[in-house]
Amino acid sequence: MTLKTKLGATTALVLAGTTVFSAANAQEMANDMTIVSWGGAYQNSQQKAYVEPYLEMNEGVTAVWDESSAEAVAKLRAMNEAGNVTWDVVDVVASDAIRLCDEGLAMEIDFNEMLADGDDGSTAEEDFGDLLVSDCFIPQIVYSTTVGYRTDMVGDTAPTDICALFDLDTYPGMRSLERRPINNMEWALLCDGVAKEDVYDVLETEEGQDQAFAKLDTIKDNVVWWTAGADTPQLLADGEVIMGSTYNGRLFSAIEEQDQPIGMLWDAQVFDLDGWIIPTGLSEERLARALDFVRFATDTQRLADQSKYISYGPARASSAPLVGQHAELGIEMAQHMPTDPANATNTFLYNYEWWADYRDDLDAKFQAWLAQ
Amino acid sequence: MAAAFNPTAGKPLRPFMTFALPLLLAFGAILGFIGGQAAGLGPAAGTLVGIIVAAVLAFVLPRYLPQRSGRWTATGICGVLGLLAGGLAGFIGGVILGALLGWAVYWLTKGNYRRGVPVYATSGQTLWHNAFKFICGAIFFFLIAPIVTVIPLSFNAENFFTFTPGMLALDPEAYSLRHYRDFFTNDAWLQPLKNSLIIAPLATIISVTLGTLAAIGLSQSHVPARRAIMAILISPMIVPLIISATGMFFFYSQMGLWMEEYLGLSKDLTGYIKVVLAHAALGIPFVIITVTATLVGFDQSLTRAAANMGAGPAKTFFKIQMPLILPGVISGGLFAFITSFDEVVVVLFVGAAAQKTLPWQMFTGLREQISPTILAVATVLVCVSICLLTVVELLRRRSERLRGMSPG
Repeated sequence: MTLKTKLGATTALVLAGTTVFSAANAQEMANDMTIVSWGGAYQNSQQKAYVEPYLEMNEGVTAVWDESSAEAVAKLRAMNEAGNVTWDVVDVVASDAIRLCDEGLAMEIDFNEMLADGDDGSTAEEDFGDLLVSDCFIPQIVYSTTVGYRTDMVGDTAPTDICALFDLDTYPGMRSLERRPINNMEWALLCDGVAKEDVYDVLETEEGQDQAFAKLDTIKDNVVWWTAGADTPQLLADGEVIMGSTYNGRLFSAIEEQDQPIGMLWDAQVFDLDGWIIPTGLSEERLARALDFVRFATDTQRLADQSKYISYGPARASSAPLVGQHAELGIEMAQHMPTDPANATNTFLYNYEWWADYRDDLDAKFQAWLAQ
Repeated sequence: MAAAFNPTAGKPLRPFMTFALPLLLAFGAILGFIGGQAAGLGPAAGTLVGIIVAAVLAFVLPRYLPQRSGRWTATGICGVLGLLAGGLAGFIGGVILGALLGWAVYWLTKGNYRRGVPVYATSGQTLWHNAFKFICGAIFFFLIAPIVTVIPLSFNAENFFTFTPGMLALDPEAYSLRHYRDFFTNDAWLQPLKNSLIIAPLATIISVTLGTLAAIGLSQSHVPARRAIMAILISPMIVPLIISATGMFFFYSQMGLWMEEYLGLSKDLTGYIKVVLAHAALGIPFVIITVTATLVGFDQSLTRAAANMGAGPAKTFFKIQMPLILPGVISGGLFAFITSFDEVVVVLFVGAAAQKTLPWQMFTGLREQISPTILAVATVLVCVSICLLTVVELLRRRSERLRGMSPG
């Protein structure tokens, strides 16, 4: 009898202890977080794949979205100067993450310590491999910038390679290109006879840059310049352009989900990365919440889940075998990934370091060229 | 024909062959060009058809048919042509173009263009009179047309800002209410709607209170440096918004930190306070200007009379002054409300994501994903604005009538 009471009491104590402990543990984390992302279909895939599951697991936690990734660098600088950082986790492209890291606006990440191991037993660093391009940047997805075209406007021979962009004889009409030198300069050189491996060497020289601009000059009058990812799909749907560059996920959405008369190229697609950074200067509770979220959101299963909603490749090697079917359409997603072997026969690797060095200079030249 | 008299103006009509016919052919060519483009005939064929139809109508109608039935005939003929060229939608287009053409035929051949000008007006004066009417019409058209385009596009069944072939053919399948459903069920839109409905009324109340008091104070002749104070109070309306916004960002960041740290307010609450105060500052100039304008017609001897009869300043204000300047206060408040409700720059700077308002959501939505939900929201907002303006105008007229201030 006494033993039983004692046992019962101990169990109760232990139980109470654990509850108190876990409650205390939960209290160290802030209960609301602001997640910064890109809006649209991409943000939706994040919402479905890991934000909703995370909020279900952690009752009482709320998440607010801020669609400000496009100007994340400028806004974080301003917030930092004003001493009022309102963001908890920020989704940015790799080049922005490198800049934020250099300026001390993003926190350095200890990948093996702060992130989950891969499902196949690899450490986080092994799992992400080459994609860890910055100490502050936690990659989520691999996306590519590529070209879509109107199937009903290109005639009998659909384009198969990137140089169709510059071929006004076969494909007359307007094209849409991004209003920045990145990708356009590389494609111009590739289509002007420069070998893929020499592109950045050539682009380093004054003559090489002139060569690229000269090639772009041949189509300059036929180009609509875009600044937002939604522009090219809209222009294609309107039939205002015959072809244009955009992100592969946007084209997937226009072709498969919206059923538009649009086709796409994988030739010379330019790979880029998108992922999380955590701003510096967060209070302890908010930092704990941000780290807890990021650890969950970038594990093997969650990254694979994201590819159910959008055709971007998961950044972890261990996620690749788990990529399944589209959540609503039921089509196999693997074949729509930019990293799928069939699509990746001729890819172009965007050189972050090179652009980090030459970006400001070439941006200025590009704007001057546009204004001519 | 040439010697015929215009019964209304009493002046001889211009010769048909050198005046009305060429103008009608040109008008027919333009209408045919538009109709041809819409029906997919191509510019040349459309223009040609337009010229032929215009020529036939110009020769036949005025001679054999009176004005009313002639116009209906023109409408009917063009409607049938449109039906042949482009189905139901073509019919509607044809009816509109035909009505225009039929009207033009009688307007030019019967001398109706001289209506509204004095008999002694020269040709130049008549031309100017009509050109002026045309310019006024064009201004209204260019003001209204962009807003009107938004409305049918918001019923698009697809996810793009495009009139699909199905929509142009008036196929019911091509229209849908899905974007309205999205607006009223999606949290990404409901939260901003809620925020807008919290922030705009609070900002309006603050700007109306402060703005009215400031206007009354500034209308007193004994206040020193009235013009300077007025200029400073109105400056938010004159300084480019982006500059105010940058300044407000740093100012309110510090204030927000102070409120969080020393007053212990939550992050969300300080966020709302910041945005409400910033929007109130933007709304105050509108209130001051409208109330000052009403105060010009306010007879100050009324307040003295009230004081003479023993009313305190507060009582005088609420019983005498306020009812008389109320129309100005209301329209100022309306402007302040719309300023806050439409505002995107300041809220982007001062607010955090938790205070995201409708314009903010529309702005980012437009940039990141061109979704017709934005158009559905825009349509709803247009309807709400029209209702709001109508109600305020009706109330204002009613109160003027009750007070006997209305001239009519």
